[in-house]
Amino acid sequence: MNQALERHLNILDFTLASLLRRRAKNLSLLAIYLLVVFMLASLAFFVTALKKEATIILSGAPDMIVQRLMAGRQDLVPADYAVEIAKIRGVTAVRPRLWGYYYDALNGANYTIMASEDPAVVPGSATIGAGVAKARNLAVGDLLPLISYDKSPVMLEINSIYPHGADLAAADLIVISPDDFHQLFNFPGGQATDLAVTVRNPKEMSTVAAKIAGTFPDSRPILKSEIQRTYQSIFDWRGGMTLILLTSALISFIIFAWDKATGLSADERKEIGILKSIGWETSDVLLLKFWEGLVISLTAFLLGVVLAYGHVFLLSAPLFAQALKGWSVIYPRFQLVPVVDAYQLSVLFFLTVVPYTTATIIPCWRAATIDPDAAMRY
Amino acid sequence: MILHPAALALMLIALLVSGMGIYAGYYGMRILRYWNPACGSEQQLELERRTYLISTIMSYILSFELISLFLFIYTADDLHTLFTGAMCAAGTLAVNSFGYPTLLIKIINFLLAGIWLILNYTDNRGYDYPLIRVKYILLTLIVPLLVLESGLLCAYFAELKPDIITSCCGSLFSHESGGFSGDLASLPYRQTRIVFFICMAITVCSGLVFYVALTNRIRALTGLFSAQKVQQKFSDILKCGGGYLFSIAAAVTFLVACASVVSFICLYFYELPTHHCPFCILQKEYHYVGYLLYATIFGGAVAGIGAGVLQPFRKTGSLVRIIPDIQRRLVLITLVCYLLFTLITVWKMIFSALKLA
Repeated sequence: MNQALERHLNILDFTLASLLRRRAKNLSLLAIYLLVVFMLASLAFFVTALKKEATIILSGAPDMIVQRLMAGRQDLVPADYAVEIAKIRGVTAVRPRLWGYYYDALNGANYTIMASEDPAVVPGSATIGAGVAKARNLAVGDLLPLISYDKSPVMLEINSIYPHGADLAAADLIVISPDDFHQLFNFPGGQATDLAVTVRNPKEMSTVAAKIAGTFPDSRPILKSEIQRTYQSIFDWRGGMTLILLTSALISFIIFAWDKATGLSADERKEIGILKSIGWETSDVLLLKFWEGLVISLTAFLLGVVLAYGHVFLLSAPLFAQALKGWSVIYPRFQLVPVVDAYQLSVLFFLTVVPYTTATIIPCWRAATIDPDAAMRY
Repeated sequence: MILHPAALALMLIALLVSGMGIYAGYYGMRILRYWNPACGSEQQLELERRTYLISTIMSYILSFELISLFLFIYTADDLHTLFTGAMCAAGTLAVNSFGYPTLLIKIINFLLAGIWLILNYTDNRGYDYPLIRVKYILLTLIVPLLVLESGLLCAYFAELKPDIITSCCGSLFSHESGGFSGDLASLPYRQTRIVFFICMAITVCSGLVFYVALTNRIRALTGLFSAQKVQQKFSDILKCGGGYLFSIAAAVTFLVACASVVSFICLYFYELPTHHCPFCILQKEYHYVGYLLYATIFGGAVAGIGAGVLQPFRKTGSLVRIIPDIQRRLVLITLVCYLLFTLITVWKMIFSALKLA
């Protein structure tokens, strides 16, 4: 056992020395390998972090939202719907929600306006997101003027600003009292934008949804799990699309690796020739090549992953953010929560190291089976 | 078609593996046809060189195969959120008709890959290519299976359309459901439990006896023991097919252990007498213990069957001295893996809140 280990250690030692001897060639290979791993790892980290972020945000969402449709478009829900739905067995609470969007002509941004039953939000006051505060240059105690639908001004005093930590959910949010909401949008009484339904047993969710749809044929119940699933598949899909785009880079890299492995320099040929003439067997040279590949792959993989970690979780992924995040006038600033797991890393390994290894098998074998005399005569 | 990074990685691997497999299979057939070590022709020299290439290719692709089985199961488990009604890999695999066949063929390929790697390792230790024919005949059997696996895997992911209502694992592996998985669950747990422990006991006992016999044989071969003494004590065991008995016992135990996982072992983990899913134990809630359980039974089975596959060649040319040593290590691996599996099972049976009367 010890002998086998020693053989591997000696060959590894020789491999490192020979890699260092051809520094320029190996460094250029390493740099490109590193770049490919870095790109793919950044993508994987970013997508997983966004998925995690979506899961955290949606964990506080209502179990089920009931909307009403009119000619296929969303319409206001009458209050008696809430009463009827609350009677369904298994439903714990039904909360009519009032919310909408407000276009601010001053800066071209859209705010999300929400009415809150919270006693802290008294009529004439508002709690705003950090994005709104920045866009309108507001501080606590300032007045935020909004124009209502009948063109009269609504003056709101800022009583608090949500911290930056809540940006992902609240950057563009303005929370006001129901009275102000009705005045601002000229919103009819006895109606709600939609209903938030809470069901005690999550396993009963689909049964309750079916009952609601049966009682009110014009209603559309949306489950939290459906929203979560949609987000998961959207991020997976975006990640997959970007991956497909990066395939061309991956293929170029494989061709590059193949080329590097095939084009043995005269020195390398001579080296293999000498090794074989002093008694190395083909299997030893193959082992040497195996270690060479492993050293390059692991160095590139580990460095690439570490750099990608810094890129995504410390710098918020400037290279991918534009493609994957989307845009808006008030865009939330957020620091992604670091999520790295063995699954992501093994997927990355399969996407980078395996194609590289496959591309180099045949060139390595060709190098290892050269006749010593032919090699040295070169 | 589903554009999940892991699905893309698995498809990429499947295509690479089958492409390289076809390449290796083609040259494998040439070697089978034209191999003649007595001849010094250019062709023979070329074929001898090719054997290195094919060994290398197969070692790589079969190692990828071993890892990709676990990646596949994990991915199936990870994707369950995309399908209504799916709660774990059981649901994801049932989304279309390619899921379970892909898993089954992946498991078969995993076992064959392991056995091929053992044969290859043994063959490389001998100087005169002693197992070359056996190795390449097995290779020509494996290659079509690899290609079939790639086809099924790509078809599975291509046909995967999110938001299909699939049956959840509870209904798939419950007593009422028909089909193979239903049959496994409906195996009575009392009898399965007894059969499982009897099989384990037989494998471990036959393994220990075989191990001691091999140790003595190695000592006799290296001159530490007089050959006569060995003859008296243990050669009977080796002659009577102790190796075959152990290998068959290991293979049967593998099947019984798989059935036991569905029939009673998982119940102790879920602490629920009606939930027979073999995939939920792979999830975080159960501390990924399923991976350890499956790794031990698969590892044990490959080593155990491998030891038996080497048995007919123990008197072949240069392998006389090599095979007992390799077999001894394989037996040890099987024993350690199976005992670990049994230990986890017994530990859970004692400490689980669920008590099956």
